[in-house]
Amino acid sequence: MSSTVQPPAAAPKNVNRLGIPMSEYKGADSTLCAGCGHDAITSQIIKAFYEYGVEPYQVAKLSGIGCSSKTPAYFLSRSHGFNGVHGRMPALATGVMLANRSLIAVGVSGDGDTASIGMGQFVHLLRRNIPMIYIIENNGVYGLTKGQFSATADLGSKAKSGVVNDLPAIDVCAMAIELGCNFVCRSFAGDPKQMVALLKAALGHKGTALFDVISPCVTFNNHDGSTKSYKYAKDHEELLHEISYVPFFEQISVEYKEGEAKDVELHDGSHIRLRKTALDYDPTNKSDALITLRRCQDSGEFLTGLIYINEEKPDFLSLLNMTNDPLATLPQERTQPSAEDLKEIMAELM
Amino acid sequence: MSLVVEEEQRGKEKVSKAVVNDFSIQVATVNGSGSQSSNTVLMRSIFQMGIPVSGKNLFPSNIAGLPTWFTIRANKDGWIARRKEIDFLIAMNPETAREDVMGLDPGRIVVYEETLKLNQYRKDLTFFPIPFAKLATEITSDSRLRKLLANMIYVGVVGNLMDIDPEQMEVALTKQFKGKAKAVALNKTALEIGRKYAKENLDKSLVPYRCEKMNATQGKIIVDGNSAAAIGCMYAGCTVATWYPITPSSSLCEALGDYMKEYRIEKDGKASFAIVQAEDELAAVGMALGAGWAGARAMTSTAGPGISLMQEFVGLGYYAEIPVVIFDITRVGPSTGLQTRTQQSDILSMVYCSHGDTKHIMLIPGSVEECYTLAYEAFDLAEQFQTPIFVMSDLDLGMNNWMADPFKFPEGRTFDRGKVLSAEDLERVGKFERYADIDGDGIPYRTVPGTDHPLASYFTRGSGHNEKANYSERPADYQRNLDRLNKKYETARQYVPQPEVKYANGAKIGFLAFGTTHWAIIESLDQLQREQKMPVSYFRLRAVPFTKHLVEFFEKHDRVYVVEQNRDGQMAMLIKLELPVHLISKLHSIRHYSGLPIDARFVTDEVVAAEKGERK
Repeated sequence: MSSTVQPPAAAPKNVNRLGIPMSEYKGADSTLCAGCGHDAITSQIIKAFYEYGVEPYQVAKLSGIGCSSKTPAYFLSRSHGFNGVHGRMPALATGVMLANRSLIAVGVSGDGDTASIGMGQFVHLLRRNIPMIYIIENNGVYGLTKGQFSATADLGSKAKSGVVNDLPAIDVCAMAIELGCNFVCRSFAGDPKQMVALLKAALGHKGTALFDVISPCVTFNNHDGSTKSYKYAKDHEELLHEISYVPFFEQISVEYKEGEAKDVELHDGSHIRLRKTALDYDPTNKSDALITLRRCQDSGEFLTGLIYINEEKPDFLSLLNMTNDPLATLPQERTQPSAEDLKEIMAELM
Repeated sequence: MSLVVEEEQRGKEKVSKAVVNDFSIQVATVNGSGSQSSNTVLMRSIFQMGIPVSGKNLFPSNIAGLPTWFTIRANKDGWIARRKEIDFLIAMNPETAREDVMGLDPGRIVVYEETLKLNQYRKDLTFFPIPFAKLATEITSDSRLRKLLANMIYVGVVGNLMDIDPEQMEVALTKQFKGKAKAVALNKTALEIGRKYAKENLDKSLVPYRCEKMNATQGKIIVDGNSAAAIGCMYAGCTVATWYPITPSSSLCEALGDYMKEYRIEKDGKASFAIVQAEDELAAVGMALGAGWAGARAMTSTAGPGISLMQEFVGLGYYAEIPVVIFDITRVGPSTGLQTRTQQSDILSMVYCSHGDTKHIMLIPGSVEECYTLAYEAFDLAEQFQTPIFVMSDLDLGMNNWMADPFKFPEGRTFDRGKVLSAEDLERVGKFERYADIDGDGIPYRTVPGTDHPLASYFTRGSGHNEKANYSERPADYQRNLDRLNKKYETARQYVPQPEVKYANGAKIGFLAFGTTHWAIIESLDQLQREQKMPVSYFRLRAVPFTKHLVEFFEKHDRVYVVEQNRDGQMAMLIKLELPVHLISKLHSIRHYSGLPIDARFVTDEVVAAEKGERK
């Protein structure tokens, strides 16, 4: 992505900098339950991609199985989408990016899809640092199979049936940081402003951007006793900072004072601005990030915001030393060695 | 008593009649002892003398210390399948030495480390005790090196006893240790010590087996099937290979990586490929499918247990219609069975891989040349039919060394990238429905992500979809889609590699075989002709689904023996499903499943017994 694109001089109304209206970023009607947190996330994805000015045809939407994984059908209908098998979206995303590195991959997964059946692939995706945005629509419950606990359900959390979860939750953000993921953030489906800012920042990041969104399940996990309900989330959110996002094509204004806000430059030249609230927090410090996550966990709070960022680490495609052109469309003359080469190989075998 | 004396005399009898260019040598050793290089030198020396030869490594699932056998078969008539009988044993492994010796036919030759005292077990063999350990100390005081060099000493001994051209032995040795001057020098010394010892101390006239120069191998190559397949994949323009290590397939993607680094790095130093070692087979096939969906020529390579793990994804690939090439280098099951032994036992798990209504195209190379050519075909077919294509090799083909003519460049052939619509196509056509059967062949059109046109995008899902790729659970939509997939499979019959069929004059019976079984079959055909005056036709199958030639072959013969290397006759089952009822009773099944490559004598004996009515 170029960092010097200027917005159109006299941009027409109701279109973004590419001249594309918001409607082009929408998808099919959602078939999820009314009030589902996932639909709120879908709306913010549409908004963020529209405002950032992403070319829809350059996006590949990927998902596994579950309620969350149905959502790529509900946004960016002008992008190719692939609803794969349960827990295996990371492999598909990896293959897609190997085939065409110019694509922008957005993966949508759930807590069951990521933290149970897909844990192995999730871990290795992060370890490789595949360039993509990986969204976990986290509700602590298996919605599509009607209400079983997932591995991110909090210890002591009560299911609709009254069963209490007696296993500890996996914190996907802490795990991601440990595994070397360089962009780890968390938000809440009820906080559209923060979500949009984080999604845009994720678009500017090179490598895997992990976005964990607490997304209450209105049908199976929104009752008293659930720690992933709207009410619980609103009451226990620990906001790291207020976030604003400055796109790469806008001048950086000087409205913040040193000491009150922190400005992080992203790979594409855009900036994410973190205005401090309660905590004196440095998202570029790995140990601080882990300690803060743990502290919040102990006190039953959940931390939102940009938890950890590091723009230095090379992504997997750079490590593979691949040509800049998409492998998928290389012509035959670039993918088939010559007859002379074959003769040389044969001579070696004689 | 007298019998023993007679046998004893026969064992020591001077050889009056030499057996030229027709023998098998077996080296019994332990794995990790470094005998592989020596055995290759021995085999190559014979090959370079122009004598048809094959080498088979029978190895354990272990890194060091377990019994390993390497068998070299030289045959002037070109029969290079495994032969059960060993003529010349080199016994280096104390653990198996007794058993190795007891298994020989009378009159055979044994070269062994003298401290093993093998001559105590049989009186009817010719024994040559050699002080390998002692001889090695002449070269070096390094005890580890001594062990390795003892291997080259036996090569020298055999070379002398069998008249292997010393010049060719040196050429083979230099090639083997290419670029390592010190290793070349040390091994040459060892080779010479072996030759000299044999010359001065052994009575060569007791050995009937001789090598004489021929010109049956001139211009030929020696290569293993996995390397051959790798070369094929590279020339097929493979750009993404994702795999997980598993014997006997690992060397395919490893060889691919080596060749790609040599021949597919562009002028700016960048790679025109991506090879990724995945975290498991599920990820390996998932990545390949993701890449295939996004337009790359993608592949993975595995063995039976990997196929089991890939099942769910492969089914998705079938329904979502994604091109991908999957090599299965088959071996004995289960995961911790005899994983380093050969078998053709994944036929059903490939053809019907996954759940629901699925069936797949499977190509079956029978030689290293076909590992090369069918790799190319597989990539074309995958994109042409937008579906996973299996390529069934096996351990014997994949990991053993085979002679072949040099591979030909696919001159004038352009990759068939299948029905992919570009932005320009979409602009011209003005319409795109991902799963519509426009051409009546069951094959729909597709677009790849990144196509800059408002009509290009579609949503891929395994779940029910209509022709526009929209979500649908309507029974009619689902059934129409399944029927179209079936039509696509029917279309494939005309495009898969056709069988090689040889009708023998006056033949009432025929063989049907595929893959490595071919090598035992052609030798058995010769045996049946010579020994029984029995002409037999031969149908070498090269792909599933079957072509029209299959029924024709059954119609023209009274009995067809389907020969394969698995217990249950998996290919015979598939054939029975397709044959008209009145032909089914003509099918007779011959199955070999010991984990060793099938041999001609086994086939001949089975057929003769069956024809005499001794077998049901």
